[in-house]
Amino acid sequence: MIINHPLLGPRDAAEFTYLGDATLINRPDWQAEDAAGKFHEYLYLRDNPAGEHRELWFHEQGDRSWLVVTRNTLTHEITKVELARDVALAAGRDK
Amino acid sequence: MSESSRVAGGLVDRTKPLSFTFNAQQLTGYAGDTLASALIANGRRLVARSFKYHRPRGIFTAGSEEPNALVQLRRGAYQEPNTRATVTELFDGLEVTSQNHRGSLDFDLMAANDFIAPFLSAGFYYKTFMWPKAFWEKVYEPIIRASAGLGRLSGAPDPDSYDKGFLHCDLLIIGAGPAGLSAALAAGQAGTRVILADEDFLLGGRLNAETHEVDGKLGSHWAAETAAELAALDNVRTMPRTTVYGAYDHGIYGALERKTDHLATSGDKPRQVLWRIYAKRAVLCAGATERPIAFGNNDRPGIMLAGAVRAYANRWAAAPGKRVAVFTNNDDGWRSAVDLAARGIEIAAMVDTRDIAPLAGLPGALIAMGARVQDTSGRGGLRSFTLSGGQKISADCLAVSGGWNPNIHLTCHQRGRPVWRDDLAAFVPGADLPVGMRVAGAANGALTLGASLSEGWTAANEALDDLGVAPAGAAKPKADDEPAAISAFWHVKESSARAWLDLQNDVTVKDVKLAHQEGFRAVEHLKRYTTLGMATDQGKTANVAALAIMAECTGKLIPETGTTIFRPPFTPVPIGALAGRARGKDFRPYRLTPSHKWAADQGAVFVETGMWLRAQWFPRDGETHWRQSVDREVSQTRASVGICDVTTLGKIDIQGRDAADFLNKVYCNGFAKLPVGKVRYGLMLREDGIVMDDGTTARLGESHFVMTTTTANAVGVFRHMEFCRQCLWPGMDVHLISATEQWAQFAVAGPNSRQLLQKIVDPDHDISNEAFPFMACSEITVCGGTPARLFRISFSGELAYEIAVPTRYGESLMQALLSVGAEFDAVAYGTEALGVMRVEKGHAAGNELTGQTSARNLGMGRLVSKKKDCIGNVLSERAALNRENGLSLMGFRPVNRSDALSAGAHFIARARNAAMENDEGWMTSVAFSPSLGHSIGLGFIERGHERKGEVVRAVDLVRGKDIEVEIVSAHFVDPEGARLRV
Amino acid sequence: MSHYSIFSLARNALSRHENWSEAWRNPEPRAEYDVIIIGAGGHGLGAAYYLAKEHGITNVAVLEKGYLGGGNTGRNTTIVRSNYLLEGNAHFYEHSMKLWEGLSRDINYNVMFSQRGVLNLAHTDAQIDAFQRRGNAMRLNGIDAEFLSVEEIAARVPLLDCSPQTRFPIRGGLLQPRGGTARHDAVAWGYARAADTRGVDIIQNCEVTGIDVNGGRVNGVQTTRGAIRAAKIGIAVAGHSSQVAAMAGLRLPIESHVLQAMVSEPLKPCLDTVVTSGAAHLYVSQSDKGELVYGGDLDFYNSYAQRGNMPRVEEVAAALLSLFPAFSRVRMMRTWGGVMDMTMDGSPIIGKTPIDGLYLNGGWCYGGFKATPASGFCYAHLIAKDEPHPTATEYRLDRFLRGAMIDEKGMGAQPNLH
Repeated sequence: MIINHPLLGPRDAAEFTYLGDATLINRPDWQAEDAAGKFHEYLYLRDNPAGEHRELWFHEQGDRSWLVVTRNTLTHEITKVELARDVALAAGRDK
Repeated sequence: MSESSRVAGGLVDRTKPLSFTFNAQQLTGYAGDTLASALIANGRRLVARSFKYHRPRGIFTAGSEEPNALVQLRRGAYQEPNTRATVTELFDGLEVTSQNHRGSLDFDLMAANDFIAPFLSAGFYYKTFMWPKAFWEKVYEPIIRASAGLGRLSGAPDPDSYDKGFLHCDLLIIGAGPAGLSAALAAGQAGTRVILADEDFLLGGRLNAETHEVDGKLGSHWAAETAAELAALDNVRTMPRTTVYGAYDHGIYGALERKTDHLATSGDKPRQVLWRIYAKRAVLCAGATERPIAFGNNDRPGIMLAGAVRAYANRWAAAPGKRVAVFTNNDDGWRSAVDLAARGIEIAAMVDTRDIAPLAGLPGALIAMGARVQDTSGRGGLRSFTLSGGQKISADCLAVSGGWNPNIHLTCHQRGRPVWRDDLAAFVPGADLPVGMRVAGAANGALTLGASLSEGWTAANEALDDLGVAPAGAAKPKADDEPAAISAFWHVKESSARAWLDLQNDVTVKDVKLAHQEGFRAVEHLKRYTTLGMATDQGKTANVAALAIMAECTGKLIPETGTTIFRPPFTPVPIGALAGRARGKDFRPYRLTPSHKWAADQGAVFVETGMWLRAQWFPRDGETHWRQSVDREVSQTRASVGICDVTTLGKIDIQGRDAADFLNKVYCNGFAKLPVGKVRYGLMLREDGIVMDDGTTARLGESHFVMTTTTANAVGVFRHMEFCRQCLWPGMDVHLISATEQWAQFAVAGPNSRQLLQKIVDPDHDISNEAFPFMACSEITVCGGTPARLFRISFSGELAYEIAVPTRYGESLMQALLSVGAEFDAVAYGTEALGVMRVEKGHAAGNELTGQTSARNLGMGRLVSKKKDCIGNVLSERAALNRENGLSLMGFRPVNRSDALSAGAHFIARARNAAMENDEGWMTSVAFSPSLGHSIGLGFIERGHERKGEVVRAVDLVRGKDIEVEIVSAHFVDPEGARLRV
Repeated sequence: MSHYSIFSLARNALSRHENWSEAWRNPEPRAEYDVIIIGAGGHGLGAAYYLAKEHGITNVAVLEKGYLGGGNTGRNTTIVRSNYLLEGNAHFYEHSMKLWEGLSRDINYNVMFSQRGVLNLAHTDAQIDAFQRRGNAMRLNGIDAEFLSVEEIAARVPLLDCSPQTRFPIRGGLLQPRGGTARHDAVAWGYARAADTRGVDIIQNCEVTGIDVNGGRVNGVQTTRGAIRAAKIGIAVAGHSSQVAAMAGLRLPIESHVLQAMVSEPLKPCLDTVVTSGAAHLYVSQSDKGELVYGGDLDFYNSYAQRGNMPRVEEVAAALLSLFPAFSRVRMMRTWGGVMDMTMDGSPIIGKTPIDGLYLNGGWCYGGFKATPASGFCYAHLIAKDEPHPTATEYRLDRFLRGAMIDEKGMGAQPNLH
């Protein structure tokens, strides 16, 4: 596969390390009510869609960016690649 | 034997005769021959035995679809089993042997299988061999295994080398037949970057096998001229002998180029190159494969595909028979008769299943329309055949054509579904092609020459349009469209003898019917139950006919019955080529420490840790057992001073205004208030609350930290921290750099370590106990201005330091430390001594940090701060991780001090049976402690912290040991840590 | 339904094999069953068989969207072993091993179970320690395990490079002599035939499109062949568990990943033991046909595509040659991909769901084929009695909430690392 890195252009997927669903960005508040339940859901449960999937890839053999790649799990077509940091900031994550 | 069957003409080079052997018989051929064409020219008919029944088999095709003619090439370590004679380029001195027979090829003892064939119907093995139980493995299976298999391995490592490469192009053209050459001309002349690959050594595809004309020239001449024209274009790379074997995601294609298989030796060149081709667009011009018609005893040597018969005659000037008949259901079959007659070969008969002949009669030949071949005869090779009307016709070659299947394989590699075309009686590519791929020519169902040329041209121009490249405006090559009408016909129902579909796996029409009868009607059931299409040719000549017969049985149409789908590779690829240079010691790279060369010069024994090679111990003269070396290294370190290269520990440089807060989140213990100039032990959890890693982190400045990780987890911890930084807390001002390879780091341990260091640390840095106490750190200079970092930390339990210098000074520093340490008898110690000392100190390491261990298991539960947000703290509170009878890390010593402990032993209470329900834990690490003079161990045991002094058994059933051990503190040496602080 | 034996084979040979009956019926679905199993792979068919045989529940339908045995049952590398470390797995897989040992005769279908031994290679001291721990755990569980020296390994597997010249020299190995291989398709076919014989309806080309839940209870499914009612429904569709569970509104601790397998051209016998190496990420055996059947890691990204990419194929080839340099001139004939349910701890799930009457069997990761008999057996027990079988109690779905992960490799909540 080829991932079109937003900063570096097209790169072979073999340069990257895969983590999983991009919802791993949405780490719950540790002090929230039912934090244990929320963390269980966050860490363990997945939609695992057959179709469009937003997922985290790390450019390990490259610039060490974490990327959010939107890829179809049936066809492997990639329709969008974003810097995970931008996605996280847009989602309101900060410190 | 002479070249009794060589005729005039052809594309072989008669000025270059070649000699080769087949089963030690000396034969000759010419440059331009394949092994198959040379065998045919020599009149050789029987070349192989089939897989199951060991039936005599001859050459069936003229290409990579060959099911029968599999042979072994070369000898010794170069021996190459299961090679198709039809694609083996002849060279001088080639040695060929036949395979899969016991006794000689002519008198194969395993052919007895054929006589019991009635018992060996499809799936017979599922129905029997179950009684008595032990007999399956002891008796039946060995017999089946011995008679199965085809060729033999030499058993020796392959002396050849293989390479890999990456290619990029705008347009990849797969196949250099008429469509491919036409496409390459269009794209090449437009100036775009083109790769034209073909599995054959001669470009032109079927043009070389036919007598058609292109632009008024003989097709093979036009192909040669076009190939030359393309070769002259800088933007076109023509790759003969290159099979594009797979279509992968995003326009990536796998290709195998055979560099030296046509030469007697590879010399110093790689034998084959595996290419990964990145193509913006691709045109598949892979042509079509002819398929046979099934009839009784249709597998005798001499029965061949009609297109192959005329390919041998036209291209290789080799006559597959002296008296040839044709059996066809389509116009193309007639061309074989016409071409062979033109070469003076006698045509015995033209048998067509259709009622109306497409051509006027052939002189001298019997024309049988609406006729069928019902049976054949001839031991070891065809002598005659019988029509369904009973008429017997003598012939030594029967050319069979059931029509042509487009080579759609690569269109299916991403699970594209082909569609059925009734007018061709064949599957053509569906709409769901791999991204960027077009299909042109016969592969697309354009089975005539004019259409092929035109489709190739058009596809290339469409691709140019996609790429925004203007076409060159040159003239499109032109040719007539030859007659190609077909009337589907799959098998001769009147045949009572076995009619073969999959020649290699010996699957018959009757097997397909049996599969239907027993309910194995889905295409995949059919294939798996009968093994049809599962042989090395992947059923290229068999699958569609079998599907048609299944459709006939079920009363459905072929497309309703199923489709054939293909998986990569198009043709088999040597495992050596897939591995490339990653073999032997080069399977994975080594990482070497800065002191590696020095250590090697000292005679160190090395051990793998991850990718690293580390010195395990340093044997000295007179030491005959590794324990002597290790004991000496431990004792001398504890008595005076020892030095160990610890560069392999991961080092992460952390900087930024929020660096302290960041560390406070990734470590479970507190880091926010670590003072500048101090080091702290850090425990890192995964989000699931299990220990990920541990190490120390030093604060070099207000916003500057240096973290060490374990060797094994260096990469993973860095990745995790980047995840935390970029994905979880993107607003933090913090930056990370992996500095593992930038700094050489050495542990200097033992009571004399400070005195030793004081000799190399530049005098303006005070490292006295008062100025530089336990857990201090500082940026200093050594040896007269060399920058260094000094950390007063200890893994050994002694007064100890770790000192880091830029990597380029690492080896010098090692030498300098030992040189100034000579007066203390300083020793270098390896990982084994390091391990002994850490067990003596009760530090957890890889054997304890298995990814299944909680902080609580390590006795560090209180380290997990509940007052802050950190990775892992929420989920570490789950009930099952906090059971009262949970495991704790403890020390163990043998009750009988002379017993040697063993890692992996399980703990069982003294009075209990050695059974899992009584299992209380296991020994993780053991060492012989020279300090204590006996074996010691670390291990996890239930409620261990409450059980000090209790005696349990360490049961090691695998090694037959069962000894009593006492549960003790894990800190065997200096439990108060007094030595650290002196 | 005729009984298979050497005599029936001989009798049918004499009648030109024209009298064999169908291995299973192709019934029309009825409006209601006692139990519906979704998925006619080895696990679903096995569950149906044991429901009938062990619990007398024969009013059972097995619904299959394609053809039976068309998923991972027929796509794996056919290895059977029970050399697990953790207790939650050990009992279950040993239960499975014992069922394997009698399976051909139990279901009157030769699944060609061949106990030729499974050998795990150790390349480092730490691995040796870990293998001793595992070997001892197996022995304490009454499971066969032997630690072999390099010399013993060299004698047993002559083509294995046991020299120090390899990148990861072999230091020893843990052998499970009772491990081996079986013919994967035959397992599905054998269970199908045996279940069918006992009255189970196996309904192929019947895709479940919805699960009907009412008041927290399941009461039927919607399919491409109409609605079918049942008070108990068992999901057994590993690879696609998330998709089917989503029909009932459930999210699972599962990701779907593609695992490729490779097979070489057939060779005369040259490898008589199943060899695996964790360091090289490889497993290989030779089939009865003579093909080398081998595989390694996942392709590592979520996928339902049933196909993989080049890098993994090349990696695994290199791993194979690092152990068996003599295989270099052998050709790889075919590769294919299977879609794997990968769980968050690398261990399977057999358990109740939060919906009454809806059961889940999935998350088989790399372990599905070898588990088939026990999985079917324990799943049948769970469905029949509404409580877990004693050897499968640890496979409950709520184990992640409780913190009771069964993480053999210690990789944590990242499915592609298990």
